[in-house]
Amino acid sequence: MSNKDETPERPEADTRSTFGQSSRRTFLSRLGMASLLATTGPAITTLAQRSGKMDQGLSAESKDAIPVTLSVNGKKHDLRIDPRTTLLDCLREHLYLTGSKKGCDHGQCGACTVHINGRRVNSCLCFAAMHEGEEITTIEGVGQPENLHAVQSAFVATDAYQCGYCTSGQIMSAVALLKEPCGPEDADVKEFMSGNICRCGAYPNIVAAIQSVRKNAKPQKPA
Amino acid sequence: MKTFALTRANDSAQAIATAAKATTAQQGAEIRFIGGGTTLIDLMKLNVEQPKTLIDINRLPLDKIEALPDGGLTIGAVVRNSDLAYHPLVRKNYAVLSEAILSGATVQLRNMATTAGNLLQRTRCMYFRATDMPCNKREPGSGCAAITGANRSLAILGASEHCIATNPSDMNVAMAALEATIHVQGPKGERSIPIADFHVLPGNTPQRETVLEPGDLITHVTLPPPAPGSRSLYLKLRDRASYEFALASAAVVITVAGGKITRARIALGGVGTKPWRSTEAEGELTGQPATQAVFQKAADAALRGSKPQSENGFKVDLAKRCLVHALKLATQTA
Repeated sequence: MSNKDETPERPEADTRSTFGQSSRRTFLSRLGMASLLATTGPAITTLAQRSGKMDQGLSAESKDAIPVTLSVNGKKHDLRIDPRTTLLDCLREHLYLTGSKKGCDHGQCGACTVHINGRRVNSCLCFAAMHEGEEITTIEGVGQPENLHAVQSAFVATDAYQCGYCTSGQIMSAVALLKEPCGPEDADVKEFMSGNICRCGAYPNIVAAIQSVRKNAKPQKPA
Repeated sequence: MKTFALTRANDSAQAIATAAKATTAQQGAEIRFIGGGTTLIDLMKLNVEQPKTLIDINRLPLDKIEALPDGGLTIGAVVRNSDLAYHPLVRKNYAVLSEAILSGATVQLRNMATTAGNLLQRTRCMYFRATDMPCNKREPGSGCAAITGANRSLAILGASEHCIATNPSDMNVAMAALEATIHVQGPKGERSIPIADFHVLPGNTPQRETVLEPGDLITHVTLPPPAPGSRSLYLKLRDRASYEFALASAAVVITVAGGKITRARIALGGVGTKPWRSTEAEGELTGQPATQAVFQKAADAALRGSKPQSENGFKVDLAKRCLVHALKLATQTA
């Protein structure tokens, strides 16, 4: 296969971010570095060592590591991972696809929602090694800042988030919902979206975003 | 989470031979089959389950739903809950099963969870999940913290002084009312187990939840043909409108002809230590007119043996009302 990736891309290499040259993640990690420098002397070496290690992969290889090939967003990745690695941890810590979030890590909040063969699942309740040969799609594979999916545009237009932590999971569920046997009413959408919890309570706006895409209408914030 | 070896089963015989080396198929099994993983991985993260070997059965050819020559249905062990709930034959002939499945969990979890896995779903009793608390189901002999603790959601039927954990499944309740048969392949060959005999009461051994032995692999579940003229329905009552376990639920399969109930199959959820088939309620209904008074007598019969705990006395009345209302809805003329 020509598209096999030996070294996963680092998010830092992505300069298309809406924050200019610096992504939210690099900005936050620099901020973390700066505050550490300001407050704790001895911690600096630890952090420096850690970031050096990160350049070769996040953590030391487990003695139980097994070879696994995963297909994510149309790209094949050859990995060596501990069998305990959940799909969520694999995406975030091995492939640096940090759009999928870890909320509860027990299948209760939906922040980790990804698609496997087009169906939405909780990636925190999957062992990555069990999903060889399947097509995994994450938020990064749904749209990009300059080319948003209709659901992403609608979320922006209706203010369907506040802190944003649950948003990628909400969008992955919403994109899947478009092809599911969901009834036409707002109540039907709420039932189908009940596996995605939003602590900020942006639910009315999330429903408005999804309904605008389903009705092919201009997204409008709820009154 | 403890380390484990992950193997992928390519054929059932190999999977069974590997699993047969375990000392138990119940709580604490060192070898486990894994399907959707929605219960097992959750419990492994909590160290409630600590298998040393996982056998991935998802690639076995057990993923079909097919009509049987007798008019019944066969459902493969790894058929996903979503696929089962939305299957045209299930919607047409076994509405109670479709409704029960869709009332449980979330779309994401139903896309993952399997038929066999749902049969083996573990209790959500919080003491079972908390390894720093006593629990006879998780650690036999350690005691039951629920009996003197937070037991609002726990069982009022089928409990013992050692365990009051509720069977959490909605699917199982519908399967009980439909008189499903569970087909198992094991080291000694194949056998068929009526769902009524599949789950066992906690008694003195709450760690034992089913009749499964080491190496037993559920291959499929069969449903008998739908009873002619029957209607079926699942009603679930819970604290939230969605994504919550039942406080009380009722699965009803009922036939009314010539103003009389000619056949009834009743099962309750959220109140029993196993999916709670009530032949007592069925006895009160059969041969009687479909009236409120008859439904009430059936509900009283179903809950006659109930033993509430300190916080869940309300469940007795809730379960009765649930069953009465389900019967009313199922016998309403359209």
